[in-house]
Amino acid sequence: MITKRIIACLDVHGGRVVKGVQFVDIVDAGDPAALAARHAREGADEIVLLDITATHEGRQTLLDTVRRTARELFIPFAVGGGIRSAEDAAQVFQAGADKVSVNSAALADPALIDAIGRSFGAQAVVVAIDARRDPQAADPVREAQVFVQGGRKLTGRRVVEWAREAEARGAGEILLTSMDADGTRAGFDCELTAAVSESVSIPVIASGGAGTVAHFTDVFARGKADAALAASIFHFGVSSARSLKEELRRAGVSVRLPC
Amino acid sequence: MRVTVIDYKAGNLTSVRKALRHLGAEVEVTGGDLALVDAADRLVLPGVGHFAASARLDATGLTPAIRAAIARGVPFLGICVGMQWLYAGSSEAPQQPSLAHFAEQCTRFLASKEKIPHVGWNSLEARPGSRLLAGVEQGEFVYFTHSYKAPVTAATAAITQYIEPFAAAVERGNVMGVQFHPEKSGDTGLKILRNFLLWEGKGIA
Repeated sequence: MITKRIIACLDVHGGRVVKGVQFVDIVDAGDPAALAARHAREGADEIVLLDITATHEGRQTLLDTVRRTARELFIPFAVGGGIRSAEDAAQVFQAGADKVSVNSAALADPALIDAIGRSFGAQAVVVAIDARRDPQAADPVREAQVFVQGGRKLTGRRVVEWAREAEARGAGEILLTSMDADGTRAGFDCELTAAVSESVSIPVIASGGAGTVAHFTDVFARGKADAALAASIFHFGVSSARSLKEELRRAGVSVRLPC
Repeated sequence: MRVTVIDYKAGNLTSVRKALRHLGAEVEVTGGDLALVDAADRLVLPGVGHFAASARLDATGLTPAIRAAIARGVPFLGICVGMQWLYAGSSEAPQQPSLAHFAEQCTRFLASKEKIPHVGWNSLEARPGSRLLAGVEQGEFVYFTHSYKAPVTAATAAITQYIEPFAAAVERGNVMGVQFHPEKSGDTGLKILRNFLLWEGKGIA
């Protein structure tokens, strides 16, 4: 039976983890390679590394980080942040990523999705979408507005139509962040997640708002999410992806256990 | 252990190479050097993406070289599209010839309320006696990402359920294939790759 994925996310700046799941007993809590390996051991189904450096000099550091992180990682590994071209993506793949996540660059030039998919396969392209409900719209959820630059800039795109275009262009997955829910720890935006998940055939990864284990159960059941990003699972009382998944299984969610 | 990985520009070889090296294999990659296939101890044909990418195997003369290696008894492992290529064809690219080592056709998952592609960790029901899956317990999870699949037949080494039962692994003599990505399937995947690297025997098929 297919299982729901718990994806550990590491935000990286200048080669160091700046946010995301930290372990108190790890010698160097800021080392992405050490943290990724630890998550894999502790039951994460996948690792996402998001580079927030996004400067030209930062690129080489990122590639080194990806190379070091990928070396001993034998679960799916996605990398996002600052990927502007098919060449950028090729370098990240060469360094050992299995998937790249594109956001602003895909909105600026949607053909980037086609280009990466053609060279590396649809399964290698994750389109990340940051969306906020639009109370002015006829359907505030389906017509949630898509933002770039960390939510500072409106794109004029609406979440469902953009997700559908991304799929049509060959995206393999959608990573959907609710900007309304992000940081609240009040739960995922299940309506938004379900609206997108039911509009496309490709998997949708839910992100933003997790505060309790029940929020994960909810986003898998009501939100129809195929996977959920756990950026700070230690903030709500579970010690690892494994213990999160054990609780999810008790709640009736199909997860990869033992892992 | 020496293993030759065939590069036919269908996706990214980094992960497969890395996993094989991690297991202690000496890995060489050929993009069309037939002499390397002729001299190979073991062959791995990875592949993600579109079935039509296998056209490159014909264009470079790799298809007859692989066929000859298999006939010599060289252990062969196809991964994902590399497994599908062992069959007589795929509805993804009906005109594209393939190895036809197995007589059946690969087809797309039937339209259903489930998502297509099938992406994520799903469980294996291994057939008893499979050498490729030796030591893999019933229900162990591996990572899949695909929209086309091979049917369940006598040569199926493991079955996975998604929309319908399909062949997650195939094995006959020295020819093996896996629809999932062992290089991305944690310890279970590494165990399967190790079984392949340690597989001994010649041309039982």
